[in-house]
Amino acid sequence: MSEHSDILPTRQSMGGIADQLTRIPLHFPADRRWVIAMSIASALLLLLMVSVVELFTRGVGIWGINIPVNWAFAIHNYVWWLGIGHAGTLISALLLLTGSEWRNSLNRFAETMTLFAVVCAGIYPILHLGRPWYVYWMFPYPATMGVWPQFRSPLEWDIWAVLTYLTVSLAFWYTGLIPDLAAARDRATRRGWQIFFGITALGWRGSARHWQRWQQAYRLTAGLAVPLVVSVHSEVSLLFAVGQIPGWHSTIFPPYFVLGAAFSGFAVVSIIAVSLRSWFGLKNLVTDDHLDLLGMVLLATGLMTGYGYVFEVFDAVYSGEAHEIQTLADRFTGAYAWTYWGAVIFNFIPLQALWLRTVRRSGWMLLLVSASVVIGMWLERYMILVTSLYRDFLVSSWSHFTPSFWDWSTYFGTIGLFLVPFLIAIRFVPMISIFESKELLHEEKEERQHG
Amino acid sequence: MAERLYGALAEFRSPEDLLAATRKTREAGYRSLDAFTPFPVEGLDRILRFPRPTISFVGLGGAIAGASAALAMQFFTNYDYPLNVGGRPIYPISAFAVVTFELTILFSALAMLFGMLWQNGLPRLSYPVFDGERFHRASKDRFFLCVGADDAKFDAGETLAFLSRTGALSVELVPE
Repeated sequence: MSEHSDILPTRQSMGGIADQLTRIPLHFPADRRWVIAMSIASALLLLLMVSVVELFTRGVGIWGINIPVNWAFAIHNYVWWLGIGHAGTLISALLLLTGSEWRNSLNRFAETMTLFAVVCAGIYPILHLGRPWYVYWMFPYPATMGVWPQFRSPLEWDIWAVLTYLTVSLAFWYTGLIPDLAAARDRATRRGWQIFFGITALGWRGSARHWQRWQQAYRLTAGLAVPLVVSVHSEVSLLFAVGQIPGWHSTIFPPYFVLGAAFSGFAVVSIIAVSLRSWFGLKNLVTDDHLDLLGMVLLATGLMTGYGYVFEVFDAVYSGEAHEIQTLADRFTGAYAWTYWGAVIFNFIPLQALWLRTVRRSGWMLLLVSASVVIGMWLERYMILVTSLYRDFLVSSWSHFTPSFWDWSTYFGTIGLFLVPFLIAIRFVPMISIFESKELLHEEKEERQHG
Repeated sequence: MAERLYGALAEFRSPEDLLAATRKTREAGYRSLDAFTPFPVEGLDRILRFPRPTISFVGLGGAIAGASAALAMQFFTNYDYPLNVGGRPIYPISAFAVVTFELTILFSALAMLFGMLWQNGLPRLSYPVFDGERFHRASKDRFFLCVGADDAKFDAGETLAFLSRTGALSVELVPE
């Protein structure tokens, strides 16, 4: 706490913060914008429903996948969404453990983002199953045929990793939310809100005894969440790296995927931070200093992801394997070279603007850089998937992949699946952690008084 | 008073005032104390002499249970339906590591969170202190100290007078 300057303006009062933040769900200030955003999101969600019904009726043949490119949009978007989710856990858990006070204004909506991004990710492998209604076959249940799921397969690891991640993220999110639900309960005047927050706050009363146990549970869960994030995305990368396909069979994959995930996730956190603070007038809580720090984290994770790009080239060249080098050449100049160069350009060129302090502190600039990173990381996952598959070992099995209409509609539909619950969440729960902001404000004021 | 009392509640403006008052109250011999604050106040549990929480042991138990369950499940399924894939071992610890790790964390995290709620006696929708006139500010910006009526030294009038001498903004009695 001591070496930093204040991150929250110390003029404001604790009661002011509580009132300001609980007013958002209780007396929603931006109704019209919310309705507009919600209509767009619902339209996208409807598109997803139509696509899924079409998929269930006609099968995965409606997608552009074929042999050999039998993994395309389904797993590509799965990795992309899951990656976006990871930044939420890293912000809330890693920064909690390291005592970074700037997390407090960001952690709540970052965690909310994680929850719904993981849901979007999770539906993709299920849709890709071909007969998704048999998804329960992935669980060990006493089937009449006596067949158990194969735990030596990375595809089986997937379901355990994602479900664990979703459950732990949800539990962590809710635990952090309980004191704020109690604050909203005590501010609520309408009967409906009193009942809603009264029940969801579980009767929290801020007792010192409760806080003591709560803090221990919250911190220890955070301690578990950090290795969980690393393990989940490493596991996803093992889906690729355990295979023999050139371009996938690489030891850099787990860290490369984890860092790329954090990179795209922090970009989405920046987008949400900039949007929410201008939407609800929260510049006193999500300050320019927060954007500055987000920009720095984005730059750092971006440069680490860049190292992954360099190492991939090195790995292929150093192995001396003809197929590896051929895949590398395909990435640079093949039919999908636009995804490789697109990823390089979108991920790393605008990113360099973040070296400048003025860019990091400007909401609009940070928003543009982040949007570019989100697109770049999407192209990167496309590149990793398709360029490795479309030309593997045998010339006889070479083929191209073109996304069909249903590929695109399912993908845009999941954006609706992300936005609808996210918008509902910002309508109903405090989107910035109230008690943690107050705690930080108190520390800052104390610091100022005692030097 | 005719009705039974839960305790006496005193309101303070800042965590420092609360800490000072709590220290004085303990020194005066009161033992059945609890504080209600809008955020965790550093050092309060030491002054109140709460025992160290045992959530970490609950978490450890959950971790051991999760790891055992995962390993047992994976060994059993491969024992019950052994499948020879290219001569690879039937019981490979390395291939079991991922699911074991995930379930260890899942069981441990859930055990801690449910353990925390259970030890705290939550959910419990109503609680005597909620009847306090000014208690709704405990979640906003005020800090409350409560002396329980079950305290050996408790005496409604005397305790209230004592609490207001510790610099409280307001004091009140809370019915059971």
